[in-house]
Amino acid sequence: MEKRKLGWKELPDADSIEAGTSAEFKTGDWRSQRPVFHKENCIHCLTCWVVCPDAAIIVEDGKVTGYDYDHCKGCGICANECPVNKGKGKDDVSKRPIIMEDEKKFQK
Amino acid sequence: MADKKLTVAKTGNEAMAEAMRQINPDVVAAYPITPATEIAQIFAGFVADGLVDTEFVTVESEHSAMSATIGAAAAGGRCMTATSSQGLMLMAEMLPIASSLRLPIVMPEVNRTISAPINIHCDHSDTMFVRDSGWMQVYCEDAQEAYDSILMGIKIAEKISLPMMVSTDGFIISHCMANIDLIPDEDVKEYIGKYNPKTWLLNPEKKITVGCLDLQDYYFEHKMVAIDAMRRAKGVIKECCKEFGARFGREYSFFDTYKIEDADIAILAMGSLTGTAKVAVDNMRRAGKKVGLIKMRVFRPFPADELARVVSGLKALAIMDRSDAMSGLEGPLAVETKAALYNNDTKPKIHSYVYGLGGRDVQISELESIYNDMDDLSRAKKKFDENVTYLGVRE
Repeated sequence: MEKRKLGWKELPDADSIEAGTSAEFKTGDWRSQRPVFHKENCIHCLTCWVVCPDAAIIVEDGKVTGYDYDHCKGCGICANECPVNKGKGKDDVSKRPIIMEDEKKFQK
Repeated sequence: MADKKLTVAKTGNEAMAEAMRQINPDVVAAYPITPATEIAQIFAGFVADGLVDTEFVTVESEHSAMSATIGAAAAGGRCMTATSSQGLMLMAEMLPIASSLRLPIVMPEVNRTISAPINIHCDHSDTMFVRDSGWMQVYCEDAQEAYDSILMGIKIAEKISLPMMVSTDGFIISHCMANIDLIPDEDVKEYIGKYNPKTWLLNPEKKITVGCLDLQDYYFEHKMVAIDAMRRAKGVIKECCKEFGARFGREYSFFDTYKIEDADIAILAMGSLTGTAKVAVDNMRRAGKKVGLIKMRVFRPFPADELARVVSGLKALAIMDRSDAMSGLEGPLAVETKAALYNNDTKPKIHSYVYGLGGRDVQISELESIYNDMDDLSRAKKKFDENVTYLGVRE
């Protein structure tokens, strides 16, 4: 069920909102390209985690485990900056940890 | 109080800088512009001499001055800046951000016309340009009123969480020396008290987001909170003016009136012209004419009901605008006063004047002739072809 929207009298008097509300704003549906993670090729250098503008790279215990598709907007910076994609994977797609694919393929 | 009264000679700029020294803001970020330059310049001297604890930020433009002041205010500081004319224009983008973020910034502003042609002298075009920016606006007649209004402004702004600009007429007030009564430092300190923001960015106990994206589903509600604050500001101004009067013996209101009680004819004006107009009123009174003056101080929030009550009994009213909005209508004070009167059963005949653009002086005799014209208008002895007259402009 959709959350009830507050009226203006219920809002805080000065214009400030509690921190962290962008987590509730699912921006993943803006995506036209989707990064697909191939764990076997990843060296866990965390370059993607550093450069992702939406903090959508999920890292557990120092290792990349996948992407937060609720917030990933598909900008492709991760795939572009990945040193493996630029190195070994440059001429051999099968060596790439991050492959950008058409979002339409994943929609039912 | 009386034994501690300190009367000194100060220009408008010196008086406003003195008020800033006594307020001792946390942050002042400012950029020089004639004729407001002195305010920040004198204040910078106070900083250099260790008379205030303020973090003084010398920025590269007025846009940055307002941006830095907004940032510091959002971080929880009591913050001020000062500007004029083109400087205010350059701040324009940031002004509604300060008001809708509900930051109680108090800004001395010195009225100077806006380009083009370039001119450094007084009219109200600059502040009128930003009259819809969500800032409270107070127009002062003299240095004393400017000094008092800055001090009151801190109290009002922090109570209602809205910014305020307090303006004086460029050069006429800003650079002319007058006797003013200062309030002792310790009394100012006690009066304004400590600033306790409701929320602030540097508070780890209650983390907040300031200025976030807000689209179709909530923007209107958030804006409504700010709109409501401006509507409620009238009550806060009333209360704070009363308190200031009780404490320091000088009581202000949305407007001051002069010999209005039994008047048939009146002039409504703002700023330094009102001092000249008082002399004209006295001259007319000596000649047996029942004339008076309404000096508008608070233009934002616009005290529509209060103004309508004061002018409803008059037979004729001349409204003096020191700016023309180039709207094809009249000056902003005339347009808004007429709107305030629309639903009144009784209203005076009104003619408006745009005067003094680019700093042109207005003589007492010109005001007397306006009073005479209003007298004729009230007796249907005179008709104007247009709703507005451009006073003294050569054809």
